Amino acid sequence: MNLGRANLDEFGATVLALAEKDRDVLVVTSDSRGSGKLTPFGKALPDQIVEVGIAEQNLVGIAAGLTAAGKKVFAVSPACFLTARSLEQIKNDVCYSNWPVKLIGISAGVSYGALGSTHHSLHDFAVLRAIHNITVVAPADNFETRAALTAALDYPAPVYIRLGKRPMYNLHEPDAHFEFGKAIVLRDGPDVTFVATGETVIIALQAADRLAEEGIRCRVISMHTVKPLDEAALLAAARDSKALVTVEEHSVRGGLGGACAEVLLQAGVHVPFKIIGIPDEYTMTGSQEEIFRHYDITPEGLAQTAVELLAVAAAD
Amino acid sequence: MIKRANTGHTAGSLSSVDILNVLYNRIMGVTPANFDAVARDHYIQSKGHSVEALYTVLADAGFYSAAELDTFSSGGSHWVGHPTRKVPGVEHNTGALGHGLSVAVGLALGMKKDGLPHRVFTLLGDGELAEGSNWEASMTAAHYKLDNLTVIVDRNDLQITGLTEEVMALEPLVDKFRAFGYAVREVNGNDIPELVEALEGVPFVPGKPSLLLAHTVKGRGVSFIENVASWHHHVPSDEEFRLALSELDQAEAALNGAHR
Ligand SMILES: Cc1ncc(C[n+]2csc(CCOP(=O)(O)OP(=O)(O)O)c2C)c(N)n1
Ligand SMILES: [Mg+2]
Repeated sequence: MNLGRANLDEFGATVLALAEKDRDVLVVTSDSRGSGKLTPFGKALPDQIVEVGIAEQNLVGIAAGLTAAGKKVFAVSPACFLTARSLEQIKNDVCYSNWPVKLIGISAGVSYGALGSTHHSLHDFAVLRAIHNITVVAPADNFETRAALTAALDYPAPVYIRLGKRPMYNLHEPDAHFEFGKAIVLRDGPDVTFVATGETVIIALQAADRLAEEGIRCRVISMHTVKPLDEAALLAAARDSKALVTVEEHSVRGGLGGACAEVLLQAGVHVPFKIIGIPDEYTMTGSQEEIFRHYDITPEGLAQTAVELLAVAAAD
Repeated sequence: MIKRANTGHTAGSLSSVDILNVLYNRIMGVTPANFDAVARDHYIQSKGHSVEALYTVLADAGFYSAAELDTFSSGGSHWVGHPTRKVPGVEHNTGALGHGLSVAVGLALGMKKDGLPHRVFTLLGDGELAEGSNWEASMTAAHYKLDNLTVIVDRNDLQITGLTEEVMALEPLVDKFRAFGYAVREVNGNDIPELVEALEGVPFVPGKPSLLLAHTVKGRGVSFIENVASWHHHVPSDEEFRLALSELDQAEAALNGAHR
């Protein structure tokens, strides 16, 4: 595995390449072109960037209008503001009215670290999962980022893609298959399954490495699309494994873990199960790494959880 | 603080620290002793990213020891990159722009209802004015004749991407504020006597909310930071840090000399 760049850098380069080929591709920013890695885009294609000022609600409404005018629009703003402040615009002007805006959440999860809770988006999966007609994607690496953006370009419905700003390891072969709603199995094993999304997939893989040293073999799934969830991949994993752990850079309420629990319980599939994410409390603040460590979203933490669940499974 | 933590908002803190200095040391009677009371003056910093200025002034005002500032933005510290009420002296959690004014309006309205004579001050960035919520709150402030509210705008002409007038034009700004019902005054927001004189005169007009348009220099006090957009959240290198401190030391020595 080699280290790639930040998914945000991959976004900046990819959207520039897409826009160079198609004049109808526009990016809309809210004083966010620097953090969205779009400064080169602004220089290269000044007619294809629309700046709205520090006004995220305005950003999403304008993106809907531009889409109605036949443009292919990437609306780019920090995930924390985009999915909270502009939520009504997302619900009504984008999803309900079905304008296929591509919403790009910058520095998602706790990427903004010590800037504090105003700048964290630990709610975006939960609120967007409750809104009809939006696909919610958290790419794990540069490949998934590129593939998700390319798939979103002509997708006939709204898509939300959340991106982080830390360099990510490349997890896939360049010819891997990517499709919204189709999970990617990165590694297989009969003991424990990790279902992870976004920047936590690499941590799940590292946990699987550690567990392999103890003879515990894991399946690791990149559930890049949180909505619609790949129910078939989830159910197969739960049936094939002794325990299942979900991992996300999101509140443990209403995110990937909640989505998986809904599917498993209603399908009558019972397996020792744990949701790993940010607990429902006043979030500890520090760098993304410090926050992950504090909440045991680490290879050691995940491995420990897997061992505990296997003990529960053995006792059953 | 910013250098040690390797993160922070350098230039906007420098443009607004004079305003905070005057508010806390000359205008408002806020102290650690009366902080828990409603019946006192209040300050809500809507441009939360200039938190370093606020933390420094609050330390000076005795809310906590300056040693706390060494923990700025480190894991587990409450002195995070935007103000929170976990830090003594901070009145409201901010950081997402375009929230402070509505909260200040609510606070001022509540105090009016109770017949309290105290005032509410809030500080907004100029780029921040693009958030529509500011204009919603402004309508409400005028509607309820909140002359106990003073809105200070840090008019440094810059936001992250560049000049406000190029990113999203604000002018004619004074006309806009007047049309929304404010009594408006303009000052040099880096001139202490001008700030004192203006802020001692609120409300500018009885029955109207006051708006102080404070013309400032973003990055004020350090030659190579002044008016350079990229210093918004740039952290100084070792060399830049040394140069900045020596410029500030020289300015301080010149001031002391002038007083002798
Ligand atoms: C709702 C919201 N959108 C975007 C940001 C990101 N942001 C932080 S500071 C800033 C620029 C602020 O410019 P201005 O208000 O002029 O402040 P100043 O120049 O005084 O630093 C932006 C866009 C934010 N904190 N909140
Ligand atoms: Mg400004």
